Amino acid sequence: MEVLFYTILTLCVLGVLAAVILYFVAQKFKVEEDPRIDEVEKMLPGANCGGCGFAGCRGLSEALVKRDDISALFCPVGGGDTMKAVAAYLGKAAAEKEPQTATIRCGGTCEKRPRTNKFDGAKSCAVAASLYVGETGCSFGCLGYGDCADVCTFGAITINPTTGLPEVDPDKCTACGACVKACPKHIIELRKKWPKNRAVYVSCVSKDKGAAVMKACKAGCIGCGKCEKVCPFGAITVEGNLAYIDPQKCKLCRKCVNECPTGAIKLVGMDPLPKAPKAAPAAAPAAAPKAVEGPATIALKASGTNPLSLLNAKKAVMDSKADKSVEGTVVALKESGLKPLKYMR
Amino acid sequence: MKTFPMGGVHPQENKLSRAKAIEVLPLPEVVQIPLGQHIGAPATAKVAKGDKVLTGQLIAEATGFMSANIHSPISGTVQSVDMVENGQGLRQMMITIKREGDEWVETIDRSTELKRECTLEPAAIIAKIKDAGIVGMGGATFPTHVKLSIPPGKKAECLIINGVECEPYLTSDHRTMLELGEEMLVGVEILMKAIGVDKAIVGIENNKPDAIAHLTELAKKFKGVEIQPLKVMYPQGGEKQLIAAVTGRQVPPPPALPIDVGAVVCNASTTYAVYRAVQKNMPLIERVVTLTGKGVKEPKNLLTRMGTPIQTLIDAAGGLPEDAGKVINGGPMMGRAMINLASPVTKGCSGITIMSGQDAERKEAGQCMKCAKCVSACPMGLEPYLLSKLSKKRQWEAVEAEMITSCIECGCCQSTCPAYLPLLDWVRLGKQTVMGLIRARMAAQAPKK
Repeated sequence: MEVLFYTILTLCVLGVLAAVILYFVAQKFKVEEDPRIDEVEKMLPGANCGGCGFAGCRGLSEALVKRDDISALFCPVGGGDTMKAVAAYLGKAAAEKEPQTATIRCGGTCEKRPRTNKFDGAKSCAVAASLYVGETGCSFGCLGYGDCADVCTFGAITINPTTGLPEVDPDKCTACGACVKACPKHIIELRKKWPKNRAVYVSCVSKDKGAAVMKACKAGCIGCGKCEKVCPFGAITVEGNLAYIDPQKCKLCRKCVNECPTGAIKLVGMDPLPKAPKAAPAAAPAAAPKAVEGPATIALKASGTNPLSLLNAKKAVMDSKADKSVEGTVVALKESGLKPLKYMR
Repeated sequence: MKTFPMGGVHPQENKLSRAKAIEVLPLPEVVQIPLGQHIGAPATAKVAKGDKVLTGQLIAEATGFMSANIHSPISGTVQSVDMVENGQGLRQMMITIKREGDEWVETIDRSTELKRECTLEPAAIIAKIKDAGIVGMGGATFPTHVKLSIPPGKKAECLIINGVECEPYLTSDHRTMLELGEEMLVGVEILMKAIGVDKAIVGIENNKPDAIAHLTELAKKFKGVEIQPLKVMYPQGGEKQLIAAVTGRQVPPPPALPIDVGAVVCNASTTYAVYRAVQKNMPLIERVVTLTGKGVKEPKNLLTRMGTPIQTLIDAAGGLPEDAGKVINGGPMMGRAMINLASPVTKGCSGITIMSGQDAERKEAGQCMKCAKCVSACPMGLEPYLLSKLSKKRQWEAVEAEMITSCIECGCCQSTCPAYLPLLDWVRLGKQTVMGLIRARMAAQAPKK
């Protein structure tokens, strides 16, 4: 009994002694840190994804507190709201960035892009890309081993086994950019995120000449330039046999989608425009609507080529939620000389 | 019997074409010459579409010191200088020439008689080798003139000729040594003179007793040349392994080079090419290529002009076997599988191996069981299982600290793995990435100096 008593006593005394020593040592070597760093870190999402360019949320919060100008810093996961909150807390001006989402720019599904050989090395895009061109005839297209899905910490990317292509869940995607860096073929791009995940983009990155593209893949961009001509906003440029839609200029008018002969321009979250509206309905012009009349009416001003008017028209579509039933859309033309939407150049 | 001290494996030798004499392949109708077929900067094209060229004419000039000249292997008209798909399907700048007749540049001596005497100064010899566009023909394609230009402050003590040919199946160096041994030994003398040494050792693996006997007999006429038989062990033909096997010296990890231990290593076929360049003014426009494989009707050693489509060689050996699974540029250990058989023979192409049936397929990978067989097989003393795991996780700093740049990509680890893990695939990716990072770091530091 006595032994037990002394053992406990000794340990207690040692414990107290150590605590006292530790207290003074901690006082002596105390690291002064700005308490705001902790606060800012709490405001950040805590995903530690590295999308901001720092190793984790702690790194970004340190930078946010220490730097005077924080306009170059941005948390893609938290987005504008988080940055505003942080900026308000710190009394600095936050960077404004529209929400973005990862976009897979390859439409070469198993069906459209036949395999010409079999790769039996390590199942990784990076490894395959370092060794050779890939299993298909297209040297630009998706390899399909899912490096992007592997690096996504939010589970937003999955490889669809039937198409062999990755698919992005825009609701989960935070635009951290990890997949963009991981893709050895540079297929993934961060593009402006429209409401309801709508999107129009060229789903191909092949810079091959048209004939070579056609040979390798039925869904590739052949650089014909039809979309460039039809775009009323100058958002499309064809460079090196490849069309690119500038997400900043594109207004989702969808004209290019119908023009594309290979279907390389992809439309998401919207129905396509009617294929060939033959003539405007007779009743509509008589009404001569000033702006938006009904939910399924697009009003166009006389100068139909004026981008502004089209912008309004598009807005009308968006506002009226008419996009779900375009089949029934009535194209109303103010002046009879104006051709239907499809043929306006 | 001498060999290197660490690691290594002994795969089935399968030297099917060892007894086949070198055959001359008929001149190809069209050749494609890649501008980058050596380590270093790709050469700069000196011809344009429509130009007439003669056999042996310079068509692309070395871009800087670390590069090599390229000569036309046939006479004819340049059809295009354009991006063409190579064996891996990747675009590469190539000169395409269509053959018309067989006209040669006048200065080239095409006679077969032996020319022993060489009165040139070392600098003149190296200049001639540089002009001829000679690169290491064992597969690494390191420009030979760079190897021979010994940096100031360093001294070569010994020339080592690599006649090991440890890669299974391939026999091009073997046949060269056997049939063109005397010419090769004159090349050895020339190389000794160029780097100022009086000792040369020809390392040959013990599975080529005929070549060892033949060269030992011939070497009696050459002062300072010694033939060293070596135990059969892959990858003895690796530069560092051969130096260790022959001299017992260890080359330190990169950036150290063989010259740091006083050795200069040159491949047997390269040495023959040096003889031809210096004594006969013959640029590097042809080489012996082994066309082999278990399913191949007639495995052959073909003297082939550069730029010949690989399909032509396959046809010469009886066509592609029906159950062919892979056509490999090189041997089965270090070669690269090809998807485009129209791609050309290049300076570094020592053989084409056709793998048939089950041999062609990799077995399904399992789980690493930490048996460490790869560690004992690694001739560089690395830990392949760790390197591959870290590369897979993209931990580039960690793989760099684990000396991934020392890896010679011999494939011993992968061939020995009982779980059939694609170790080398990952290690190679890690090595490439780390090398890129190192280059970027050096480029960032350079302007400050």
